[in-house]
Amino acid sequence: MSDLNMLNQVRAFIDSEADMLDFEDYQGWLDLWTETGTYIVPIDPQESDFANSLNYAYDKKEMRELRVARLNSGEAVSTQTTDKTVRQMGRFRILDEGAAFVTVRCSMYLSECRHGNLKTYPADLTYTLKKTDNGFQIEEKVIRLQNANAYLSSIGYIL
Amino acid sequence: MTDLINIKNVAADYDSLIMEDKVHTSIYSNPEIFEEELDKVFNNTWVWVGHESEIPDVGSYKTAMIGRHSVIVSRDRKKNIHVLLNRCRHRAATVCEGKRGKTKSFMCPYHGWGYSLDGALRAIPKPEEYEGVINKEDYPLISLRFETYQGLIFATFKEDIEPLEDFLGGAKKWIDLFVKQGGGYPLKVLGDHRFRFPGNWKIQLENTTDAYHFPIVHKSFVSSVDDQTAEIFDFLDGEGHVEDLGNGHSVMVMIPELVDLEKDLDAPIPERFQALAEELAAEGHSDLEVRRMVRAVGGSGFNLNLFPNVACSMAFFRVLAPVSVEETEIHHVAIGGEGAPAAFNQMRLRLHEHFQGPMGFGTPDDAEAWERVQKGSKAGKDEWILVNRGMGNLKESPDGNVSGAVCSETGMRSAYQYYKKMMTA
Repeated sequence: MSDLNMLNQVRAFIDSEADMLDFEDYQGWLDLWTETGTYIVPIDPQESDFANSLNYAYDKKEMRELRVARLNSGEAVSTQTTDKTVRQMGRFRILDEGAAFVTVRCSMYLSECRHGNLKTYPADLTYTLKKTDNGFQIEEKVIRLQNANAYLSSIGYIL
Repeated sequence: MTDLINIKNVAADYDSLIMEDKVHTSIYSNPEIFEEELDKVFNNTWVWVGHESEIPDVGSYKTAMIGRHSVIVSRDRKKNIHVLLNRCRHRAATVCEGKRGKTKSFMCPYHGWGYSLDGALRAIPKPEEYEGVINKEDYPLISLRFETYQGLIFATFKEDIEPLEDFLGGAKKWIDLFVKQGGGYPLKVLGDHRFRFPGNWKIQLENTTDAYHFPIVHKSFVSSVDDQTAEIFDFLDGEGHVEDLGNGHSVMVMIPELVDLEKDLDAPIPERFQALAEELAAEGHSDLEVRRMVRAVGGSGFNLNLFPNVACSMAFFRVLAPVSVEETEIHHVAIGGEGAPAAFNQMRLRLHEHFQGPMGFGTPDDAEAWERVQKGSKAGKDEWILVNRGMGNLKESPDGNVSGAVCSETGMRSAYQYYKKMMTA
């Protein structure tokens, strides 16, 4: 029963993060992270040495803040032509749990509407979440897009 | 109204479509023109298919496109390079679907015909049924002519084409400068970003030597870097230039002080690379080695456009592949140093991720602009694309080439005049 409680807790946390991103609460999203947390969108779904390989995104704290600043600045035309994103998180499974961290994998179906065209990005997500007195913080988030190894279109938002 | 052209009848009239100072909007969207381009341009010249570092070992391969033709670039057991048509000789199925990797052979998935790394047909299931019918020696994968320059591999369908080095001509000097950004190490491909945009390939071709768009389109990128770096990228009023190198090639020098990365090694270390310099020094690299790497890590101060499909663009290769008249795939190929310290290559990777690719701070804004060009170009039926900026202010470069201001459209005129030559040949 305790496993189910943990599953429910991480699920609620990840659903909440998804809501922040879909509804553009970027400051709230930044606050979810640990100081050392890393946001990663790899190209090769098999890759595990992210620091020494090319990724679509490999953001430490400063780059995440810059990414959010870019979205909020109004300076980047590509960030303004996606009307809305809607993401559905599902298929949660806890892969590992220790005293300090829990690792969870889930699926994401994200749809975007850009220039009136609806497009879908399915992905596998793996989170390493740090347990805190107030819930969780994100230590690592890896987004493996289903078509990452082929080609993408421009993505003017945070996955 | 003398500019009016009947679009339905223009496909063969490139003299009317490509002027010195403007090109007709129909070249972005006329499917007949696109089909003719595949034959007259992409099937008829040297096309970049890869860098030697992408196939470093026996059995290494990568796939690439020459127009609509899928090709395999492989390295055989004797370490020789081959460029092979990716098509089984039996029923035409592709024999390799990977982007890159290592293999011992290529196998057709349909009837099991097997080919070695040099393309030779080695195995046919049920060979007795071919006795007296075919000889295996007569059915290797088709080999294409290829040549290399500074590790860049170009292939062609045209057997009687001029040697690669003659075709590159004035661009060779700039390729020599470009490969210095390994920081004292040979250039090595580290990976690539791939994305498509709904627009014609020539829109991207124009972009590589278009400095004019940079402060507008890439304002958010400039805002994301430190003041010293932002000043470096504020090059429109600087001493740069764009030069027509012949055969459709051109170079745009944005940051003249970073043209030759082996010069001025005693220049102050930029603020954004200070931590890298300290890390490299702490690893035991000499002051000279550190300075060489720090100077090279951000890339060369110029964009070199090689007609028709590849650019040596500041710190990466930018490759275009036409998909259809209104769709183009772009590969942003990240490069670093073979055997270079991990910190150097990591910095190269992080800089690439910062600007390039579908989630970078620069590329999505380029792609947005290109998509809008394609969409907007359909408004009206007889409009033109202007490429006349800087025409009244041209000079001769020290190499004797036509040269304009850094934000002139000299490079686009160079590409379009060579395009016209190919399309009317």
